[in-house]
Amino acid sequence: MTERRAITGSWIAAIAISVAFFFAADAYALRLGTLLAMYVALASGWNIIGGMAGYPSFATAAFFGLGAYAGALVQQKGVPMPLAWAFGALVPAVAALAIGWVVLRLRGHYFAIASFAVAIVLRELTTNWTSLTGGGMGVNLPVLQISVIEQARLFFAAQTTLAAIAAAISALVAYSSLGFALTCIRQNETAAGMLGLDARRAKAAAFALSAALAGAAGAIYASSIFYIDPGDVFDVLIAVKPILMAMLGGAGTVAGPVLGAAVFFGFEQTVWAHFLSIHSGVLGVLVVALALFLPRGLLRWKRAGKAA
Amino acid sequence: METRREGRVSALLEVQGVSVRFGGLAALDDVSLKAEQGEILGLIGPNGAGKTTFINAVSGAVKARGSMRFDGSSIAGLRPHQVARLGIARTYQMVQPFPEMSALDNVAAGALFSGAASSLPDARKRAEAVLERVGLAQQARRPADELTLAQRKRLEVAKGLASRPRMLLLDEVNAGLSGPEIDDALRLIRSIAAEGVVVLLVEHLMRVVSSLCDRVIVLHHGRLIANGDPASVLADEAVIEAYLGRRYAERAAARGRA
Amino acid sequence: MLGQVLLNGLLLGGLYACVAAGFSLVWGVLNVINLLHGTLVVLGSYLAWMAFHFLGWHPLVALPAVALLVGLLGAALQAGVLNRVVGSPVLVTLVITFGLELLTRNALLLGFGADYRTIRPASTWGTAQLAGLNLPLDRAVAASVALAMTAALYLLLRRSWLGRAIIAVRMDRDAAALMGVRVERTFIAAFALGAALAGAAGAVLGLVFPISPLQSDAYLGTAFTVCVLGGLGSVVGAIAGGVALGLVQSVGGFAFGSENATIVSFVLLILLLAFRPEGLFGRRGYA
Repeated sequence: MTERRAITGSWIAAIAISVAFFFAADAYALRLGTLLAMYVALASGWNIIGGMAGYPSFATAAFFGLGAYAGALVQQKGVPMPLAWAFGALVPAVAALAIGWVVLRLRGHYFAIASFAVAIVLRELTTNWTSLTGGGMGVNLPVLQISVIEQARLFFAAQTTLAAIAAAISALVAYSSLGFALTCIRQNETAAGMLGLDARRAKAAAFALSAALAGAAGAIYASSIFYIDPGDVFDVLIAVKPILMAMLGGAGTVAGPVLGAAVFFGFEQTVWAHFLSIHSGVLGVLVVALALFLPRGLLRWKRAGKAA
Repeated sequence: METRREGRVSALLEVQGVSVRFGGLAALDDVSLKAEQGEILGLIGPNGAGKTTFINAVSGAVKARGSMRFDGSSIAGLRPHQVARLGIARTYQMVQPFPEMSALDNVAAGALFSGAASSLPDARKRAEAVLERVGLAQQARRPADELTLAQRKRLEVAKGLASRPRMLLLDEVNAGLSGPEIDDALRLIRSIAAEGVVVLLVEHLMRVVSSLCDRVIVLHHGRLIANGDPASVLADEAVIEAYLGRRYAERAAARGRA
Repeated sequence: MLGQVLLNGLLLGGLYACVAAGFSLVWGVLNVINLLHGTLVVLGSYLAWMAFHFLGWHPLVALPAVALLVGLLGAALQAGVLNRVVGSPVLVTLVITFGLELLTRNALLLGFGADYRTIRPASTWGTAQLAGLNLPLDRAVAASVALAMTAALYLLLRRSWLGRAIIAVRMDRDAAALMGVRVERTFIAAFALGAALAGAAGAVLGLVFPISPLQSDAYLGTAFTVCVLGGLGSVVGAIAGGVALGLVQSVGGFAFGSENATIVSFVLLILLLAFRPEGLFGRRGYA
């Protein structure tokens, strides 16, 4: 099957490039690579609830921030980073189950707003709960006593591993019964329920998975920049960019978010470099163009009519 | 008193005093009936009589008061997916496929979600067999939204069949079909009932009702006004008054005499 | 004390109702959540500020011109961009209005900078006493004008041909088309109306609140919450929701501390969405 060969080929290429990059690139390039890997993880995570299940979630920022704080706070207490990151994945996942119990009853616009409101509530709670989180003054992490290049390599390795995990989870879900169920939910949730599917459980699983991935990305991010505050990690753009990336590449597919993250990252870096003061305006124009001309994403552009 | 036949409870579906209210309106009012394995029941009545509401009540899609028992255990208050897993399958008047998925996957969903198949590959295998049975094997790979209306109706039935139901609730599955298509549908329904499945069909076509159904139930303004074999129900005064109309009755009588 | 809190809440509520009415109209008629709305309000504030600063016009005098300008912008956006994605999935329309918002906000930031500006007319109307409570007259006038504009929208929708066309399109697009309503033009009119009202709200708000592009999120959040509280697509709902939100924020700020006012509003929003999404006056199923 050429598709299987393409997939294996892409994985091998990606791993090879990452390893080469790890050894050959300088700290600046490694940090860019880390950012790209984080984008891949976030976009793939969003895709599970937003693309496959069709629930337009704006909660990514909520889970990213929650993971960042969970990871940072335990790391401050001396927990080693990998464990802190795992904790940073667990806390948002559990939160997603609780929040999802309320919010996943909604559909379409209402779900989008509610998921967005969750991020705002969490941001405000974090700002106000000063005793736990340091409030607006943020959380400071002890700087690592290793060289700049070693730091860069460490976090690059962490985020790329997370990106690989995200892509793998994406693929596993897509080809499993859960992915099939999510596709049915997206296309006709009521009919799926009438056939015997417990849609609540399937949606909750998707929401929790996407939260865990966003949370882990947040925790690694926190460790890598040594300082986080609520406005930074609960930023609206963290909710919106993964959506744009997944849509750009093709929401609902496995490779779409990865492709979209890469293309978006490329655009963003170019625009930052050349159009700093109007970069959000340019982003706005790109976003409008995306929605007008490529709403189904790059991957589905040529393959019109293929079953989802 | 329930009689025991071959060690099983004979009335598979037992509904007593079921009512459904929407705001001030009683869509169903104190409806009671029983259905036995392998029976084909016709559910007729004017528009708005409560036929679809009845199906919605039994399948858990709307909240109903009253007692509803399936194979001895209560199904009142269960959510739709729980009812489906007990072996009750239903179709919709406005067909509800998964539009972008292939016919095969549509039917596989029926097999997988009901628990009839335990894995996706098994579900797809079962789906192939069911598509063969309803005559849609050729359309297996085509997306559901490319099928004709008649094919989509059969797809609905196939989805229900894939779940290995013990009761099948068909809501106007023949509306919009041509004569030969209806004959095919009747054959299929008879073969399903022959396997012991209770089939309850909402119908507007009297020839289907009289040739196919073992029993006919008539609803009017949410109330059950007749329950018996087709011949006597269709000649019943109250039914003629409410639904069939004088002219139908006269024509039927004339046909009987000729 | 509670009386003062309630009065403050009512005054806020009038302003909120006006901010939300245009948003509710667009959401209800076009099924588009206009993420650009908050920025349109801010644009209205800036236009009023410019009229004040360069022409010496009081915002209430500049109001019609501001509304017209922002309304024209809205018409252009609907005709040029939004009409192409009518009927698209939720995500597409959200993303488009988000992009337009980024663009507009960037333009405002470039043009005016992020620092806060205020409109201070040479003579303020001071504070009156109403039954022992303080009634800041500037706010009272602003709230009254805001409510009057919202009421005007209501009358427009009910009494004018355009209004009835908008309602018809909202109820049943295809039937309206069959009756000769030019659906696309009606969409343009509806969006333009929503934008005009947003701009007008901004002009009025410029009298009361500081002006900055950073305010647009707050106005957008307010519009959302009011719509969910009061029910979608209904002017009465916008008024009810606005007043309710004003009261909730005022009382919530008083009870839980003003720094928690936002949390109170948003938790309320989430709970409402979960358990009574049609709000106080809306009808179910318009998602």
